[in-house]
Amino acid sequence: MKKRTLLLCTVPTVFSILFIIFYPLFSIILPTLSHNYEFRGYIDFINNGYDINIILRTLLISFITTLITLMLGFPISLWIARRKTSIKKLLMLLVLFPMLTNAVVRNFSWIIILGKNGLINKLLMDFHVIDHPLNLLYTNFSIIIGLIYLFLPIMIISLVGIIGELNFEIEDAAYILGANRFKTLFKVIIPQLSTGILTGCVLVFAGSMTAYTTPEILGGNQHLVLSTLIYQQATTLGNWNNATIISAILIFLSIVSTTLMKLIMNQIDRRKTA
Amino acid sequence: MIHKKSSKLLTIFSFIIFIFLFFPLFLIVITSFGKNSSIQIPPVGFSFKWYVNIFHQPMFIAGFRMSLIIALLSSVLALVIGIPAVYGLIRSKVHHYSWFQSFFLSPTLIPEIVIGFSIYQALVIKLHIPMFFGLLCGHLMLGLPYVIRLVTSGILLLDQNIEEAAQIYGCSKLESFMKIILPNISINIIGAFMMCFINSFNNIPISLFLNNSEIHMLPTAILNYLQNNYDPTVSAISVILMIFTTIVTFIIDRFTNIANTK
Repeated sequence: MKKRTLLLCTVPTVFSILFIIFYPLFSIILPTLSHNYEFRGYIDFINNGYDINIILRTLLISFITTLITLMLGFPISLWIARRKTSIKKLLMLLVLFPMLTNAVVRNFSWIIILGKNGLINKLLMDFHVIDHPLNLLYTNFSIIIGLIYLFLPIMIISLVGIIGELNFEIEDAAYILGANRFKTLFKVIIPQLSTGILTGCVLVFAGSMTAYTTPEILGGNQHLVLSTLIYQQATTLGNWNNATIISAILIFLSIVSTTLMKLIMNQIDRRKTA
Repeated sequence: MIHKKSSKLLTIFSFIIFIFLFFPLFLIVITSFGKNSSIQIPPVGFSFKWYVNIFHQPMFIAGFRMSLIIALLSSVLALVIGIPAVYGLIRSKVHHYSWFQSFFLSPTLIPEIVIGFSIYQALVIKLHIPMFFGLLCGHLMLGLPYVIRLVTSGILLLDQNIEEAAQIYGCSKLESFMKIILPNISINIIGAFMMCFINSFNNIPISLFLNNSEIHMLPTAILNYLQNNYDPTVSAISVILMIFTTIVTFIIDRFTNIANTK
């Protein structure tokens, strides 16, 4: 086929992305840059102590979520990757199931567990550990729990794939040469998995930064993050200009952080091949 | 093997993680059969009345229909525009192939809530595009990256010689695409369709701004209900959605290699 005909095939997709993603973004963000591109709205936003707190909370929550997801996901991925093929397939289906379940359903289950009359408070009261129910729900803690629950399957799926490609014999070699288990893990296994680990972390971090459903259901009005702040500004307060500014900041932060992680990834890759 | 020693500890840890993944879902199932009008643990009594109550909620019924329509249409549309784009891009051997690829995947870089918000402001309010069409556009952008990724991996694995052979034997370009390419990547296409469908059906952030009195989606309807009520109806509809997910999981497993890591 001629090159031109082939490139014509891409036109509908190119046009849709331009029309649905890029045109709306430019048309709403350009006016917020205001006269002479002085970024007045952005400077005001950053100078406002309340809003900067929300940015920091969003970043901190995403960071903690990513870290814990990795720490929980790594051992189980190691375990899954070393099962027999048939069992491994079943286990991966079990991991996939929560991932395909509706996010409202998944977050709702944590209301049942963490709520005032929830499972944890009920158990602790029944055993007389506490007299009054603890405030577990609508805190930073509950948002982090919900996000870990949401993203753990994604981390496991990215890790199992890359662990499957590892050569077991290298580990045995390290062991024979006198490395103990921890030394083997940190000096032999983990360095080989660095790209897979970073891929998982990028997915989880970007997902946590931009997640809406979890902070909405488990965070309440007191613990806003950037995505819930956008919704609040736009609908409750009717301040579309502010909502657009926050949207631009959220895009900027998520692209910068994921690009940074990918740059680190390439750096590590280059060192490996060199 | 050295992992023998540590494997017991690792096995226990893995079981705990699986419990962490499934116990919350199990709780939803048992609370959905409770008799009392607020969610209790352990649930008191046994009844199906909350399942019946789902059908008395017009928002759920209308939401389910709209979610289904949008999910089906957006998935089909994503395939119809996505497959030719991937094919054209790969076969044209264009310069800067990776730039095009990144451009095709660029919707994944934009937070979903921002996609919904900007479509609402720029397309629905300013250009007066109907709400339904705006919603469809948003969900199309959700699915397109899955089509691009899965179909790209399908076509790259295909032997280009089969196509040339078909053309030598008299197939037209279009015929060889329809009769050779499409059947050979059908597994990728079905997989991509299921991923588009389930993600569109479950999505909240994109639909958040894109609704009015006539058009609303099931997940947003459940979210609204949850903010005003705390009764087992939400558990009941969650159970129904989980059954739905189980079916989709099995179909996805048959047709993609997401859970299938050699």
